[in-house]
Amino acid sequence: MTDLSRIRNFSIVAHIDHGKSTLADRLIQLTGTVAERDMKEQLLDAMDIERERGITIKANTVRIEYPAKDGRTYILNLIDTPGHVDFGYEVSRSMRAVEGSLLVVDASQGVEAQTLANVYQAIEADHEIVPVLNKVDLPAAEPDRVREQIEDVIGIEAHDAVEISAKTGQGIPDVLEAIVHRLPPPKSGDPDAPLKAMLVDSKYDQYLGVICIVRIIDGTLKKGDRIRMMKTGGTYDVDDVGIYRPAMTPVDSLGPGEIGYLNASIKQVRDTRVGDTITHERRPCAEALPGFKPSVPVVFCGLFPVDANDFEDLRDAIEKLALNDASFTYEMETSAALGFGFRCGFLGLLHLEVVRDRLEREYDIDLITTAPSVIYHVFLKDGERMDLHNPADMPDMTLVDHIEEPRIKATIMVPDDYLGDVLKLCQDRRGIQMDLTYAGTRAMVVYDLPLNEVVFDFYDRLKSVTKGYASFDYQMIGYREDYLVKMSILVNEEPVDALSMMVHRDRAEGRGRMMVEKLKELIPRHMFKIPIQAAIGGRVIARETLSAMRKDVTAKCYGGDATRKKKLLEKQKAGKKKMRQFGKVEIPQSAFISALKMDS
Amino acid sequence: METDAFGIYVHWPFCQAKCPYCDFNSHVSSRIEPADWARAYRAEIARAKDELGERRVDTVFFGGGTPSLMPADLVADVIEAIRAAWPVANDFEVTLEANPTSAEAGRFRGYREAGVSRISIGLQSLDDGHLKALGRLHSAAEGVSALWMAQSVFDRVSADLIYARQNQSLEDWRHELGQALALGLDHLSLYQLTIEDGTAFGDRFRAGGLRGLPSEDLGADLYDLTQEMTGAAELPAYEISNHARAGAECRHNLIYWRGQEYLGIGPGAHGRIRIDGQWFATETHRMPGAWLSAVERDGSGELPRTALPPEERAVEYAMMSLRLAEGTELSRLPDQSLNQGKLADLVSSGHLWERDGRIGATATGRPVLNAVLAEILA
Repeated sequence: MTDLSRIRNFSIVAHIDHGKSTLADRLIQLTGTVAERDMKEQLLDAMDIERERGITIKANTVRIEYPAKDGRTYILNLIDTPGHVDFGYEVSRSMRAVEGSLLVVDASQGVEAQTLANVYQAIEADHEIVPVLNKVDLPAAEPDRVREQIEDVIGIEAHDAVEISAKTGQGIPDVLEAIVHRLPPPKSGDPDAPLKAMLVDSKYDQYLGVICIVRIIDGTLKKGDRIRMMKTGGTYDVDDVGIYRPAMTPVDSLGPGEIGYLNASIKQVRDTRVGDTITHERRPCAEALPGFKPSVPVVFCGLFPVDANDFEDLRDAIEKLALNDASFTYEMETSAALGFGFRCGFLGLLHLEVVRDRLEREYDIDLITTAPSVIYHVFLKDGERMDLHNPADMPDMTLVDHIEEPRIKATIMVPDDYLGDVLKLCQDRRGIQMDLTYAGTRAMVVYDLPLNEVVFDFYDRLKSVTKGYASFDYQMIGYREDYLVKMSILVNEEPVDALSMMVHRDRAEGRGRMMVEKLKELIPRHMFKIPIQAAIGGRVIARETLSAMRKDVTAKCYGGDATRKKKLLEKQKAGKKKMRQFGKVEIPQSAFISALKMDS
Repeated sequence: METDAFGIYVHWPFCQAKCPYCDFNSHVSSRIEPADWARAYRAEIARAKDELGERRVDTVFFGGGTPSLMPADLVADVIEAIRAAWPVANDFEVTLEANPTSAEAGRFRGYREAGVSRISIGLQSLDDGHLKALGRLHSAAEGVSALWMAQSVFDRVSADLIYARQNQSLEDWRHELGQALALGLDHLSLYQLTIEDGTAFGDRFRAGGLRGLPSEDLGADLYDLTQEMTGAAELPAYEISNHARAGAECRHNLIYWRGQEYLGIGPGAHGRIRIDGQWFATETHRMPGAWLSAVERDGSGELPRTALPPEERAVEYAMMSLRLAEGTELSRLPDQSLNQGKLADLVSSGHLWERDGRIGATATGRPVLNAVLAEILA
């Protein structure tokens, strides 16, 4: 058990690429927590996808022992939190588990939208915040301007921000001192009180089963304890408790203020809910920690195997993945066009991409992803409300009274050179401007936007119109009625359910035209001409015709070519496998994704 | 039986210069010893005779490379060796491919004396600018005079033309094809330019060069125009790219398209031979030196051969014979080798015809034959 006054629990808040992982690496390195030879970059990010994309998906923690200049050795627990809006709830729980934050801002880039969202989470969690200006060694660094910006935009004191270069190691000792002297120790906790601990995150280890990251508030957690998860009700025997340094290191017990792991032979990550309260079965604490929320998916799409024979493999893969990702939901879906697949729910677009990537990569299954959709509230004339996850399930319009769609509050930080393009993009996506302020040469734009306009490719478009200089974050703000209709796409007179989508009536013609024009480019010519139509109900609103193939023949074919020609034919056959058959028409799988990306 | 004909393909692998569009097995070399080649060709013919036994030879085809660079004596040697090995048909056809330069035209008489009965001239274009772009070493005028020379020496003369070239309009081709048809030939091979991987054109195309190639639609229009003009001139297509007056078809090439038996001799030559009722696909060493030394050292220029089971034979036969106007004999295809549903669809959509136990591609189906094949053979 560690004396509370020698414990500092903190997280690092930063925009992607501003140096959060590098700073964490330096802190670990400088304190000798990890031997020099075991150092690697992004030490705390374990998943391939995390390393590749430079993002953090799962919370991680590390205990650092730091002999401070005051002669005392402090225990510093860093929780590395996910940094993306999709994982906002997970971030908020991690924040509740610590008392302070380092706010890392790139001294050449300034404050970004993502920084804002996360720093507000930290403020909401009553954190003490130490601003850290990173990359001060760069010629483009403007620490004074950025200090001012932090004060203007975020509203926290920044004159004593620590200037560092995580890359070169400059200023890292100052950061350690700031953690010790400027961040508070954990609030008093009673080691003899009934156990009250927060489940910060959990992950699956193929040898050990589910490992939970926990923060002890009151009481003491020991090996052999029988614990109860207060929300899910599960009871388990604790096999092991320990800390991360960052390798797993068993300890006898964890006491108030401490952060560590527990291993209790829990089989599925699904049984452990982020934010749940862990207590002893025999002597439970009186009430659970506040703020627990079951995770709710907001973006949905269909996942289908390209090769229908892979369905069982896909089912296995999805089930396995879901065991380790409680925020991901799935149910079987049948599409007339795509056969058997799954309707899956995600926390956001990044989450969708990560899950899809993992299915394709770790389980080696080629997937067709259908148009991402949000949950619409469809109010029927009989007074009932249905939650529509899939445009294919849209009831007949004559039965519908009105439809509400989810809206978000989007915060975008952008250099003012690109402001016009960003405003245009937001207006084009049916946005309503809520706020527009400047901080130096950067503008902060706040828009009320329909989520369905964002789930397609808003982020890609934003990056492209601002050459990557804009940052973006959002939060759900509720539902609002609008004039929404289901638009179907017909290829060769047959509806392709996987391409149907909900659109605003005023935008339907434009979207429909764009879709049919794109599909005309994406579907190869066939031996017959193919009408491609967009329709609302029975009414066609846009139409293109893909002409019949006119020439595809080998000019020269003599005795020596027979073998080669046969191989060509086999290649052609293999190519057909990458296509999906719709009536008589073959549509390449790539068309499903490409058709949904909008160019303007 | 259509399967009874027997042809021999002889490959001469050398050219004066490599054409940028050509992906045939051709090499440029200054050290060619005709005596070595005569010995090797003779040895291969003798080996085939030992293996195949009795045959009656219907056709011989000297292809390349540029066979018109072969000394006439060498051609005579090869024909003599073939005649010594097997009896030949009454209407024995011996074709030789020739380039239309004046030097080669001078050898035409020698070829006739050697036993060549048909000559196929690589005219390629009647436009000097286009000839240069195609990397040819002759002018249009040289081409035409070589052709006249050939016509005065041989009864049967064919010419090759390449169209659907860079920046060639429908009107350009109408004019050029009109000129070619006026030359009084009874056989024309009219090929659309194809950009092949592993050629100079292929490299340029991949690097984003080679602009002005026709779109699919213009290519189709060019093909349609070709059918219309050759039909009117009574040189209808008897194969995708081959046109002849009735009776003037190249009987050697018909052997390939009809799925009959042929022997391949020389570097990189392919064959389809039948031994004791079993069909084999044969192929020889591609590089001239490798082939020569294999023949000399091992007594065979052949690579390991592959047996062709009946279903593969059927696929090859359908693939090749659907190129012909006469089409495919259904009785030669096992039932399961064609997708009957797709076949019926393509008949009703007008891409294929079916009558008298045969199927064939219609005027609509022929320009998209690859797609048709992919459907019915899938």
